[in-house]
Amino acid sequence: MADMNKRIDEPTGVETVGHEWDGIEELNNPLPRWWLWTFYACIAFAVGYVVVYPAIPGLHSATAGTLGWTSRGDLAKEMSAADASHAAVRAAIAATPIEQLATQPNLQRAAIDGGRAAFKVNCVQCHGAGAAGAKGYPNLNDDDLLWGGDIATIHQTLQDGVRQPNDDATRMSQMPAFGRDGILTAAQVQDVVSHVGVISGQEKPSKAATRGAVVFAANCAVCHGGGGEGNRLVGAPKLTDGIWLYGGDRAALTETVTNARYGVMPAWGARLDPVTVKMLATYVHSLGGGEKAAPAVVVPQAAAK
Amino acid sequence: MNAHDPSVSSHSDELSFYEKRKGVFPRKVDGNFRRFKWAVMAFCLIVYWGTPWIRWDRGPWAPHQAVLIDLAHRRFYMFQIEIWPHEFYFVAGLLIMAGIGLFLITSAVGRAWCGYACPQTVWTDLFQHVDRLIDGDRNAQIKLQNAPWTASKVARRTFKWGVYLGISFFTGGAWIFYFADAPTLQREFWTGTADSVAYATTGLLTFTTFWLGGFMREQVCVYMCPWPRIQTAMLDEKSLTVTYKHWRGEPRGSVKAAVKAASPLGDCIDCLQCVAVCPTGIDIREGPQIGCITCALCVDACDKAMAQVGRPRGLIDYCTLEDANREQHGEEDAPLLKTIFRPRTLIYFGVWASIGAALLFMLGTRTRLDLSVAKDRNPEFVMLSDGSVRNGFTLKLRNMEGRPRPVTIALDGLPQGAIYTDEMEADAARSALAVEVPADTTRRIRVYAVQPRGVARPADFAFVLKATDKQGGGDTSQTTFTTAQGNGE
Repeated sequence: MADMNKRIDEPTGVETVGHEWDGIEELNNPLPRWWLWTFYACIAFAVGYVVVYPAIPGLHSATAGTLGWTSRGDLAKEMSAADASHAAVRAAIAATPIEQLATQPNLQRAAIDGGRAAFKVNCVQCHGAGAAGAKGYPNLNDDDLLWGGDIATIHQTLQDGVRQPNDDATRMSQMPAFGRDGILTAAQVQDVVSHVGVISGQEKPSKAATRGAVVFAANCAVCHGGGGEGNRLVGAPKLTDGIWLYGGDRAALTETVTNARYGVMPAWGARLDPVTVKMLATYVHSLGGGEKAAPAVVVPQAAAK
Repeated sequence: MNAHDPSVSSHSDELSFYEKRKGVFPRKVDGNFRRFKWAVMAFCLIVYWGTPWIRWDRGPWAPHQAVLIDLAHRRFYMFQIEIWPHEFYFVAGLLIMAGIGLFLITSAVGRAWCGYACPQTVWTDLFQHVDRLIDGDRNAQIKLQNAPWTASKVARRTFKWGVYLGISFFTGGAWIFYFADAPTLQREFWTGTADSVAYATTGLLTFTTFWLGGFMREQVCVYMCPWPRIQTAMLDEKSLTVTYKHWRGEPRGSVKAAVKAASPLGDCIDCLQCVAVCPTGIDIREGPQIGCITCALCVDACDKAMAQVGRPRGLIDYCTLEDANREQHGEEDAPLLKTIFRPRTLIYFGVWASIGAALLFMLGTRTRLDLSVAKDRNPEFVMLSDGSVRNGFTLKLRNMEGRPRPVTIALDGLPQGAIYTDEMEADAARSALAVEVPADTTRRIRVYAVQPRGVARPADFAFVLKATDKQGGGDTSQTTFTTAQGNGE
């Protein structure tokens, strides 16, 4: 049908293909022959490609290709190249005592950045992406670190974990379940909660609080201190500030005093390599709550070197 | 214009889907346009080969190459101008100017880009000179092309293609010097220690130059390049095109034929010189066509032929469509300046020049030291034991100068606020920090701002960056301070 419309185009002398769209016709100009050869070359290339690279999909995998190339192999190569490029810095961090890292800004920087990456893999599940914690999981940004905030202490907390039965150096302490175990009566629990409300500035002094102060001095002060200032040696929280791991309202405090709490953290020394643990400690120390090392700890080590 | 007669068209009865390439063997020609083409070619090649070797002293912290596209460090140097990635709009602006410049040139003087300055034209021209030097002029080339493959032909072809390859290698090899320090890269290149990308790029561009310049030539212009098609839309009746003045030339015939002819013949003596010199192998006498790159070599050839038979020059000449119509009716040409300076070209020029002026203005007023602040969103704020509140910020200090700069970071509008970094302990917090920003670098610093309990807490405050060197300058970045609602006050 289209053939019937074929005609010679007058200005160019070329035959049309016979198609016409709104008066626009197509000329049947021949393609250059090199174009044809390019086309054949592409086919030859495609055949070669199918042979050497994975190409034809099967049910579970594609044909392997004679080069043995895989995208996973590429990734593995890139990963090992990245590891190799970090090797020198990691060795330097391994060789430097953690208290000394701050004296080498480049190493400290590398440790903080490496720690940030490791934190995202290992720690965010409980402590949150911003390390702000959640109920039962401490906020690592503030200056209220239960077991101590200097870098060596943070490192040891990470290394041996909290309340890990299989680690001798783990952070261990246990608050009694004063209510559940019958040490205190329900009324005494309410009195001591009132006292804690007063010393933390949440409640006004009351008769209950006065009674609670006596109970507190007898039962709680041994760990939390006479004024509720806490004790980092046993991980006893400070009760006078606005920072509460399990909540600071009456209901939460009643629950804590009645049934006690028993928060745990894995001993990361058993799970991660020493350099990564060091980097994590440096990162946590850099989150804003990091404290100076106690001079008594640093000086003998520096002198021993 | 000069319509084909369908009855004598090249169409055979058997339909051919593919066309064998017809060889193009342009004859040597001399004349004004040829000399102009020589000059443009020399200029383009000198600029291309020479630019990376120009040195430019930028002090100890920046490279000493006048024009350098430093992809690895994401910097673009052009004499005293240094462009950072966020200033890429300068490059975009230059590319837009190049595009509009092409429109301007095309509407003013036709396909001048195609005829003189396009790399495909320049290198094709260069390779065609090589052909003439080695194989001889047009006739010798045709003879050799049609000769059987004897040992001598193989030897000559091998030699010629070797020369092609040499030129191609230096063409492709020169390109990489724009992307690294040229003398260093050259040393590394020859000792085999350069990056594999340098060898791959050189190899690829050597191949494309060899193939496109040595063999594809006019096929690129006719079949591959989109620009001739776009130009069809750019040209109008006032654009200069190379025109065969058929009203003066037809009917064509040799001088001898003119003597015998019954009626007087035109000026065209059908010597085919215009066809012989054409680098794309077209016959300009068939009228304007896509294969014509307006290099005007046929003008030179025709002028020479006209001079030999004592007829006025310009049978083939640059001419607008309007002037062609005027001449056919015996009228005078429009003045050239009036043809070039018309609303269309003036508008193109206006747009082109405004972009250029805007770029220059931005170049003159851009800042070389700045500060940007990103506030932590997780956590938004941190309550401390003593009731003070802390917010975390990531500061980016950008020093775009080629030397290190000492700066201070201070707070503005946060009463009793103190700052410290993640490399410091909280008790070292103070009202301002002194830091150094290395040359040509963005330094990222984590900063904690603390405000004690019980002071006024404005929602907004600013970080103030001040350079403490002689040059001075700085930047201020507004941000917010978040607290728990109803807390502190």
